[in-house]
Amino acid sequence: MSNDQVENAVTVKNVYKNYGDVEALRDLSLEFPKGQLTSLLGPSGCGKTTLLKIIAGLLPATQGEVLVNGQQVNKPGPDRAFVFQDFALMPWASVIRNVAFGLELRGVNKSERESIAIKYIKDVGLTGFEHSYPHELSGGMRQRVGLARALSVDSPVLLMDEPFSAVDEQTRRKFQEDLLNLVKNENKTFIFVTHSIEEAVYVSDQVALLLPRPSRVSEIIKPSSFKNKDINSIRKDSEYLDTVERIWKSLRSYVE
Amino acid sequence: MYLFGYRLPGMSSLILWGLLWEILGQMEVSFFLPPLTAIFSTLGEIYNSKAFIRALYETGYSFLAGVFFAVIIGIPTGILMGKNKLLDELLLPWVNTFMSAPLTALVPVLMVLFGFGLKSIIITTTLFAIWIIILNSRAGVMQINRSLVDMANSFGASPIDAFIKIYFWAALPEILGGVRIGFIRAVKGVIIAQLLISIVGFGALFELYSSRFLMTHFWAVIIVLFALAFTLSELLGMLARKVDYYASKRN
Amino acid sequence: MLSRSFFLKILSGALIFGAWEFAGRTGVNYALPTFLESMKALIDMTISGLIFKAYADTLRPLVVGVLISAFIGIGIGVWVGLSEKFDWLISPIFIIMQAAPLAALIPLLIMAYGIGLTSKVFVVCIMAMPVIVLNTSVAVKNTPSSVKEMARSFLGSRKDVILKIIIPSASPVIFAGLRLGVSAGFIGAILAELKITPTGVGDIISYSRMTADYPSMYAAIFSIILLAVIFLNILEKIEDVLFKGNNQGYIS
Repeated sequence: MSNDQVENAVTVKNVYKNYGDVEALRDLSLEFPKGQLTSLLGPSGCGKTTLLKIIAGLLPATQGEVLVNGQQVNKPGPDRAFVFQDFALMPWASVIRNVAFGLELRGVNKSERESIAIKYIKDVGLTGFEHSYPHELSGGMRQRVGLARALSVDSPVLLMDEPFSAVDEQTRRKFQEDLLNLVKNENKTFIFVTHSIEEAVYVSDQVALLLPRPSRVSEIIKPSSFKNKDINSIRKDSEYLDTVERIWKSLRSYVE
Repeated sequence: MYLFGYRLPGMSSLILWGLLWEILGQMEVSFFLPPLTAIFSTLGEIYNSKAFIRALYETGYSFLAGVFFAVIIGIPTGILMGKNKLLDELLLPWVNTFMSAPLTALVPVLMVLFGFGLKSIIITTTLFAIWIIILNSRAGVMQINRSLVDMANSFGASPIDAFIKIYFWAALPEILGGVRIGFIRAVKGVIIAQLLISIVGFGALFELYSSRFLMTHFWAVIIVLFALAFTLSELLGMLARKVDYYASKRN
Repeated sequence: MLSRSFFLKILSGALIFGAWEFAGRTGVNYALPTFLESMKALIDMTISGLIFKAYADTLRPLVVGVLISAFIGIGIGVWVGLSEKFDWLISPIFIIMQAAPLAALIPLLIMAYGIGLTSKVFVVCIMAMPVIVLNTSVAVKNTPSSVKEMARSFLGSRKDVILKIIIPSASPVIFAGLRLGVSAGFIGAILAELKITPTGVGDIISYSRMTADYPSMYAAIFSIILLAVIFLNILEKIEDVLFKGNNQGYIS
């Protein structure tokens, strides 16, 4: 490996996915550099969630392969954790049991997994809500639980399926800032599905633009200049604004 | 309903109906409608009589045995049908058929096959209750949020873990809803079976009272039965409401 | 895949009827004729016309009872749904009727109205009415308030709101209530024939049981269950066509 090249945490090689006669993904290849956040951005129906679920091992690819840290994967594993669009919390379980659920399934004993869960509940700012139930929390707080659950299993790769689409706009902006800090502080690889152009450009090290009919990666954009700037000034940055504009230009023909 | 700014409790109009009943009874409008007070004083006399306690015991026993079989057969069958397409396609037409079939017609068959005793009554009770329990358990399992299943898979849950920790709990509101309706149907089934077999439980008691035109006795038994049925239905309703908060939307 | 589902239906039927035939042949119980014997008895009854005469008797209290229950039941249901006072007064009675084993009232009905048609119609009514009333009232109460407000904001009168908004919006659930009422009515009609006086299909069942002509007894029971199931399925299909599958009854 040369110096200017980063190691890839996840590699997708020539993946096809068919549902009967419908071609969801055709010959799709993409690389996800380690320690970075890559967004899969595109209009609805472009197969971005399908691709994410194939990487997660929740869906089998019709053809092609997915490598995680050089190992081929075809089912879920401890090296990847998933954050769901609708949170996927167990409504009958308290926050602490929800956060510790991944560890529970791995057979970690109760006191150990709860102390880990308490740490991550604190990290996402939900201390005091350990024994609340999901229906007692707001949408934003529920997604913090979902995030804490994904973090608690300490997987090197975090897969996020439109995680902020079900929360209100203010909470969403706060989440995006938190996510930037998370990428900076945790040495994890993030794969982030979104349909919001602004969100993708704001949080990503790399944006993969997916277009439908047939699904393919049309472009990879790496915003660079504003990445090291203060979080508060990114949304005013000229490269940020230009990138948003450029992506909108390539996408607008796909919007009826 | 509000009266002078106070909210009247849900079932409070029954007091009004009770008063009306008492007045009509005192006016001797009909031989078949004795005053409520007379009925309750008869109830005071018969509630610890041997015949009454025996009827209550036999009915309670057949009811509990009937719903026991309906629950322990119905819930697993429903869950399996919801998870296995082949089994579902084989069984569903029959479950739907018996769900809407007039099961009363089967009681004579049960009588010739299993005799004029408790066995036939228990089977009738089970037959009244089981189909809705199967259908609801099946529906509960089938509408489990896709992403909860994905979540369990993404953490590598074993099939048994997924079944015990996710499927059963996620389907619980629907299962309990089915059990509640099944119990209500079982109450009707146990009484219908006793009426037709009529030598056991309340069926025998009804025969006795109506042949001697003991109207207050008859009504006393009816009121006890209805009160028990209503209480059971409300208790199960309360239980079902406890998990209702995640029945429709599962987040 | 229509062919697969059709094949499985046939297979499922063959399995059950085959099991019945097998159990009948092994003679586990003297009172269990084979499936084929029972079907032969049914064909004989059909050819002799006995079964049609029987159904004419059986269906009379059912039809009369269901019609009465439908008119009175929907009327009361709409009123309960619209008026809070009436709801408070009437609902508890039907809630109790819904949960209670109303069949227990049959001995009383026999004492009061004898063993004729009146008692049988009453049995059908007490079975069918509660579910019709409760479904109707719930449907009326659940009319989306935004649609009602829309009608009022466009200056609709109270009558307009009821006839043009509430009734159409409630009709799928009301219809589902009617279907469940018919289902309960079948139970009542057969119960009446078995308990009050044997007429119609109930007569065939009782008579053939006494004479130990078990194939005829099973044939009669088979036919009445078949009739009820087919009729209720047709009602369900009508519901699907009329309301495009947005039926949502409250089964009990």
